[in-house]
Order: sequence, then C-alpha cells, then structure tokens
Amino acid sequence: MTLSLQEVEHIAYLARLRLTEAEMTHYREQLSAILDHVARLQTLDTSGVLPTSSVLPSRRVLRSDEPRPGMTREDLLRNAPETEQDQFRIPPVFE
Amino acid sequence: MPELTDLSLLSAVEALRRGEFSSLELVQASLERIQRLEPSLQAFLTLVPEQALAQARAADHRLVAWRREPTAPLPTLLGVPVAVKDVICVAGLRCTCGSRILENFIPPFNATAVERLLSAGAIVVGKTNTDEFAMGSSTENSAYFTTHNPWDLERVPGGSSGGSAATVAARGLPAALGSDTGGSVRQPASFCGITGLKPTYGRVSRFGLVAYGSSLDVVGAFGRNASDVALMFTLIAGQDPLDATTLDLPVPVIQLNGKGDHNPPLRGLRLGVPEEYFIKGIQTEVEKAVRAAIEILERLGAQVKPISLPHTEYALPVYYLIAPAEASANLARYDGIRYGPRLPGEAMWDIFFNTRGEKFGPEVKRRIMLGTYALSAGYYDAYYGQAQKVRTLIKRDFELAFENVDLIAAPVAPTTAFRIGEHTDDPLAMYLEDIFTLPANLAGVPGLAFPVGFDHQGLPVGMQLMGPHFREDILFQVAHTYQQVTDWHERKPGIFS
Repeated sequence: MTLSLQEVEHIAYLARLRLTEAEMTHYREQLSAILDHVARLQTLDTSGVLPTSSVLPSRRVLRSDEPRPGMTREDLLRNAPETEQDQFRIPPVFE
Repeated sequence: MPELTDLSLLSAVEALRRGEFSSLELVQASLERIQRLEPSLQAFLTLVPEQALAQARAADHRLVAWRREPTAPLPTLLGVPVAVKDVICVAGLRCTCGSRILENFIPPFNATAVERLLSAGAIVVGKTNTDEFAMGSSTENSAYFTTHNPWDLERVPGGSSGGSAATVAARGLPAALGSDTGGSVRQPASFCGITGLKPTYGRVSRFGLVAYGSSLDVVGAFGRNASDVALMFTLIAGQDPLDATTLDLPVPVIQLNGKGDHNPPLRGLRLGVPEEYFIKGIQTEVEKAVRAAIEILERLGAQVKPISLPHTEYALPVYYLIAPAEASANLARYDGIRYGPRLPGEAMWDIFFNTRGEKFGPEVKRRIMLGTYALSAGYYDAYYGQAQKVRTLIKRDFELAFENVDLIAAPVAPTTAFRIGEHTDDPLAMYLEDIFTLPANLAGVPGLAFPVGFDHQGLPVGMQLMGPHFREDILFQVAHTYQQVTDWHERKPGIFS
C-alpha cells in the first residue's frame, strides 16, 4: 500500500512533528514499504486469540498509599528550558 | 601478571580483596585504556574520570580497613569500574539517550539497576553510546557519532547498546549495563564477541531506564564471560516498588559448576534447536559456528531436539508495530517544556512541533510516525490489535516448546558485524538484522548471547540461549559449561594490543 502525502502530513500532525517537504516524501516511501511488510500479519487467522496484555501472569500490584519524600522543586525544574517563579514557563495557551 | 584491564570482573573483585593492586590503579588503568582507544572506538558519550578516581580512592580506604579487620562483608563490586548505556539514568551524569532532544538533560535520580550497582560498590566511569532512544541495531542512529567495532573499525559494533559492548570487548572495562527491547544487548554482544544477557521481562527494574517500548524493554548486562554476567545479573535483579512489572521472586544464587562436577556435565539437559532460526539468507559461517557449538553442548551431555517455533517469521512485523506504537506514546513527553532544548514558537503548539521536528533524528521520527499511524483511528484493530494477537501466538510457541525442552539454542543474528553505512538508508534491511532476537522480547523470555566462533574475516559469531521465564540460571549454567571447554570468549581484538 502507498500512503498519500496527505496521510503522511496527517500522521506528522498527530505526532506533533514539524517535517520538511523532503522528509514527507522520504517518509511516505519508507513507511509505505514498512506497512507493506507488516501487512503479512493480516493473512493470519487470529479469531479466538486474545491480544497479549502482559507477558507475565496478571496479578494485583497495590501498595499502601502513604506520603513519602519526593524530589525537590529545584531538582524538578533544573532541566527546564525556561522557568519563572518556580514554575515551567510556556507561551500563552489561550488568547 | 596480566594487564589489569584484561582481568574479568570476578578476577578483579578477588584481586582487589587480596590487595594485589588498588582500586585507584585498576580505575586508572581502565581510564587510560578507554582514553587511548576512544579516538578510534568512540564508545562513550560522557566520561567522568575525576569522579571515578575519587570514588576509587574512597573504595581503597574501605578495602585497606577491611583487609586489616575483615569483620563486615564488603560490597560485592567495591572499587570495580563499570559503564552504563546512555539510556539508563545515573544521578548527576548527563543522559542524552543518543538524542539531541536530551542533549543537556541531567537526571536527578539513579535508575534502580544503577542504584544497586552503586550500593554494591561499583564505580561508573561513563555513559556509553547508543542508537537514539535505543532505536537501532548499529549505533549509527546516535545523534552524536557511530561507535566502531573493535574487531574491525570499519564495521558497526551492533546496537543499540553498541558503546557498552565495544568498550567491554576492547578491554576498556570488565562489565557494563545495556538495555534490550528487540535484541539491543544480545546483538552487540554477538557482533563484539562478548557475553550479554537480556533478562526475563519483569526480572530487572525498568525504573530510570528511559522508556522506549515499555512492554518489551529490559535492562541487561555485558561481560566477557558467563560468570561475570551472572554476577552483574544477581546484583541488578529483583522486585522494585518503583516498577510494578517486577515480580516478587527470589533472585537465584547462581552457582556455576566447572566441567568436573558431573560427568557428562549437561546430562539430562534437553536442548531445542528451532528450524525457523536456520533460514535461507543466514550467513553460512554463522550457521556453521552455531551448529558446531550445539554439537559441543551435545558432547557435554545435552540431548538435542529439533523443535519448531512456527510463528517466528511474524516476529518482525509484530515488533515493528508494537514497539513504535509504544514509542510514539512514550516519546510524547519530549516537547521542550520540562527538559531538553526548546525551539522558539509563537504558541505552545509551535514549540512542540518545532522542537520535536528539529531535535529528534530520522529513525526516531520514522518510528513515532509508524506508531502513531498504527494507533490512529480506523487503523488500530488492523495493525496494533492484530499485532498483539499474533504476539500471543509467538508467546505460545515458546510455552509449547518449553514443555519439551529446557532451553533453546539459536544464532543471535543472521550475519556477523556489517559495515558502517551498509544499511543506513534502508530501514527494512536494518530491521531484518533483528529477526532472531525479537521473539524473546515479544515473549518476555530471557536470552543469553555469547561467542561461539569467528568468520573468515575474523569477526565474532554469537549464539543465544533462550529459556523459560525466570530461568536465567539455566542459561548461565550452560554457557559457563561451554566456556569451560572453549576459549572464544577469551580472544581479544588484536588491533589494540
């Protein structure tokens, strides 16, 4: 199958990736080839087969909900590209 | 006395205790060798020589005190240098994941596997090169540089944990951590002629391992022989409250017996050989070396049985839907807000688009796109849903096989190390390098790769043993027994000696 350029553009939009036109053309070819390869899965009859949700036996994983020390605000903000008043700084989201 | 850098992990531990040399001498020798090789090998993204030397001096104080008065037991790896793949967090050390999008990221915490090695006294000398976010089979997808194979500098070391494998093979360090999502420990171990373990999913905590494909990822270890890797494994394995997929199972004490303990040593072992792993297209010398190794195991007492894992051919398409789907979700966090560089944009959305478009490399973008598509409305059932069903069939193949055999022997990769640049613009050809390693990740079973010969160009050939969930102990026992009667694992790349 061959993806259309519009489809590639739409996928890039969903993935929040700004791509150049050259990248779009390139990915269109490569993704189409990969999708052709994975299409062989469609030939397998999987009626009655449950999808894998975990490779391990399912079990209860609970712990008591108790407060404990976490990382400091300083630690959490140290890697941020822009901060202000101990918070992450971003451009306005609403007009 | 052999060179300090030639010592195995266990020998180094024992010699340090006896006081044959100091941790400072050992770490210095290691750093000197690494720094001498680095211009041609390029295994490290970050090296911290001063910090490592300071830790070595501190270890020496403890060792001296212990030798004077050996009351309390010493931490197992006290004073021994190790390296960590750059997708695993070490507090205070830059963790790039081989990506520009984390070029300045300094994690404030240790991964659990690292925490356990540090508590065991190990000294981290640096972070090793990897394909960007562990997506690749050669380290060529690193945004920084390509690591070279110590057996032939024009070839790749394998990947994605290529930096760790190359430095251990080149005698920079006795052991290192890696991660294996689709073969990223076993394939570079094979290409570099060393021993590498992909543990059972859920055996080693993923906390602090930067997520790629969360249902497949596992932290593994490299060493120069099975006993060293077994030691690393027992130190990093075990339940962790910070990773809910880890199981509350005792970590086995692995007692590796020499060949003299039983006669023959592998009597009673049922070894399965899957026909699907000896397909057309596999390099003849790889098949020959692996079959010869299986014969040796047979001579050591194993009962060899042909088996079938009929869904093997579907592992590649299943993996290249599931891993990218999980990656597309996991990598959504890199948006230029909380860490990493930020590209300017008028609105917040523009920051996301610009930062991600510019700072992710081509393979990462390709997999994010593929995964996004496989999860998108209208395609989910056909792609992702169907892949998870076929995954069940692959898992079942292993369950059925393990009703009749104790473990499975197969090649690690269809070829020995390929040339740098050979597959770079053909993603499918690159993906085909992983066909023999992907099934173990999809089924969650453990796999151990180790050298079983060389091809006519002097490149190592690896074999992998795969076992039932949580039976790493059998893998180590069998590989160790093999290594008692062969010396492939002791060969050293000649170019640097």
